[in-house]
Amino acid sequence: MSVTILLLLALGLGLAGWLAGRARAWSFRRSAGAGALAALPSYHAWYVALWIVVPMVVFIAAWSVIGPQLVSQHVLASPAAADLPAFGFKRESLLAEARAVATGAAPAVFNDGARALVEPYREAIGRYQTIGIVVALLLGFLGGAWSFLRIKPDFTARTRVERTVMVILLLASLVAILTTLGIFVSLVFETVRFFGMVNPIDFLFGLHWGPDPMANPDNPDPSRYGAIPLFWGTIFIGAIIAMIVAIPLGLMSAIYLTQYADPRLRSWVKPALEILAGVPTVVYGYFAALTVAPFIRDLALALGASNPSSESALAAGLVMGVMIIPFVSSMADDSIAAVPQAMRDGSLAMGATTSETIRRVLVPAALPGIVAGVMLAISRAIGETMIVVMAASTAANLSANPLEAMTTVTVQIVAMLTGEGSFDHPATLSAFALGFVLFLVTLGLNFVALRVVKRFREAYE
Amino acid sequence: MTVVHPNLEDTEAKMSARDVSVFYGDKQAIDNVSIDIPTKYVTAFIGPSGCGKSTFLRTLNRMNDTIPSARVEGEILLDGDDIYRSKMDVVQLRARVGMVFQKPNPFPKSIYENIAYGPRIHGLAEGKQELDAIVETSLQRAGLWNEVKDRLDDSGTALSGGQQQRLCIARAIAVDPEVILMDEPCSALDPIATAKIEELIDELNGRYAIVIVTHSMQQAARVSQRTAFFHLGKMVEYGRTSDIFTNPLEERTKDYITGRYG
Repeated sequence: MSVTILLLLALGLGLAGWLAGRARAWSFRRSAGAGALAALPSYHAWYVALWIVVPMVVFIAAWSVIGPQLVSQHVLASPAAADLPAFGFKRESLLAEARAVATGAAPAVFNDGARALVEPYREAIGRYQTIGIVVALLLGFLGGAWSFLRIKPDFTARTRVERTVMVILLLASLVAILTTLGIFVSLVFETVRFFGMVNPIDFLFGLHWGPDPMANPDNPDPSRYGAIPLFWGTIFIGAIIAMIVAIPLGLMSAIYLTQYADPRLRSWVKPALEILAGVPTVVYGYFAALTVAPFIRDLALALGASNPSSESALAAGLVMGVMIIPFVSSMADDSIAAVPQAMRDGSLAMGATTSETIRRVLVPAALPGIVAGVMLAISRAIGETMIVVMAASTAANLSANPLEAMTTVTVQIVAMLTGEGSFDHPATLSAFALGFVLFLVTLGLNFVALRVVKRFREAYE
Repeated sequence: MTVVHPNLEDTEAKMSARDVSVFYGDKQAIDNVSIDIPTKYVTAFIGPSGCGKSTFLRTLNRMNDTIPSARVEGEILLDGDDIYRSKMDVVQLRARVGMVFQKPNPFPKSIYENIAYGPRIHGLAEGKQELDAIVETSLQRAGLWNEVKDRLDDSGTALSGGQQQRLCIARAIAVDPEVILMDEPCSALDPIATAKIEELIDELNGRYAIVIVTHSMQQAARVSQRTAFFHLGKMVEYGRTSDIFTNPLEERTKDYITGRYG
């Protein structure tokens, strides 16, 4: 019996409990009158249903984690497991094979070593599955019976149901936060491992990047793990070139749309601009690699550059800048539109022209919102991978020439994780250290952006 | 039709409206209003809500231009020149005809920058010293100098409501206008701040032609020498304030000022 069926069973029992609870509440209401009940019958019904479903679901979730561990403990304790190799890959694969056969996922064993283990597996899985089902049903019935008996005319089912709903909603919102925390912890763990092999100083301040996944993992060459070229590439492409494109274009389009555009024009230009944000970045990547990069190379050739690279920081940065225009323009648009009409009237009544009003009153007043939009755009840009992979190569050059190939932190994370090295090789682990730095930087930018937005909100409400 | 009291011939007109009608889209907000705004007096526009007095005020410095559907017919003369003629420079017009709004709307800049805004965009000051002098004079005329002279760098929005409104008046004065339009300048203020603004209007009277829209008949009686009564987009009656309040010629005016409606 699978987890799905168990969950359906829990829902079925819950429905039964709901009906039973409501019937009981109605019977009280009929005998004692409508005013006698402290809550509507449906709240009693939900109270019983929650007491059935919640314990069952919690148990099923816990059991689906604990159960397999108990099964493998049981199998390893059986006499057939004595012949297994003590450690390593072979032991794991034999166990996995036996488990696959026992659950019916694989038709028959290939390795003789696994054959003896199939029977213990089958036995253990069967036993713990039965235990799981019995306990789950027992919990459901106990919860249902207890809550059912608690239904009395003066029982305040409504407050209890409301409180439970609040807790469920709280848990839902915690999931996102806990995930972030989990990402952070896992990053920290692997980063610490990496820094055990390569000195953080060498990593953070070294000028040469070229980890060799084939080198001896026990004695990495720290001079190959200098991440400065990656940081520079990221900042140069994401925060400099892309912003030189995105800030003026985004700001000017926001000003045009809020101050000059006819409402009808605005009603279709603004969504069209926001569609830009929905284009998959890989599509931008094609555009950057197949159209913009060759164009820039030809242009560089025509201008007399010798042997320009076909992959350039400029191509990636330009396309990335176009990609994040909507981020800048929609935040700027919102914050300019939020400046009270009275400010605009005040300035126009002083004899200021529209452009003077924009330059001297609207943009300064909307500046916090604009800055926040730019910060969000930067953190988006420096986390962007696909465009750079396709248009700016993986060569880690430390250069201020935008026509050269460059690479970024995100690209190297992908390259290191999908590279040739084994998982515990420092070259692979360096991906986590890079991810950790990136995580901290974008987190910091978002934090600052949110603070700025908050100040801005206080100013105009 | 409009009743104009006969004994007004002594006044010299700063602005004159001739058969002015205003439309928002298809809706007519002002119907054939003709009035002379005197140079040396305070003129009050009174009338119930929605009677068009604010709309008419905003035609006098073409602030209705900012509303795309608004359309003005007839002519409005400033010193004899039609302000709606095609060659009229709106920037120049608004420098000559300043405006103070219902709700104080200082820019989110320092007190100094608020006053310096107009002189800067119109290039009225050469150098920092002249600008300083304009800021000081304007604040003094608005009766705000003594309260803010030590904190000119503080934000204008940090002042109290009444101070903010006087700051807005000082800002309008700073470009040395000929006419100041005030659109219910006290409706967002408490009685003490209102008294200060009224005192200020008295002091400014004579130096500038002032037009004030107000809901309060007492205020109109206190600060103005000329009163125009608006009703349903028409100007019903116009005359000396004392005549309007003591001896109205029209039944509707009488009903309004005795509080029968409005």
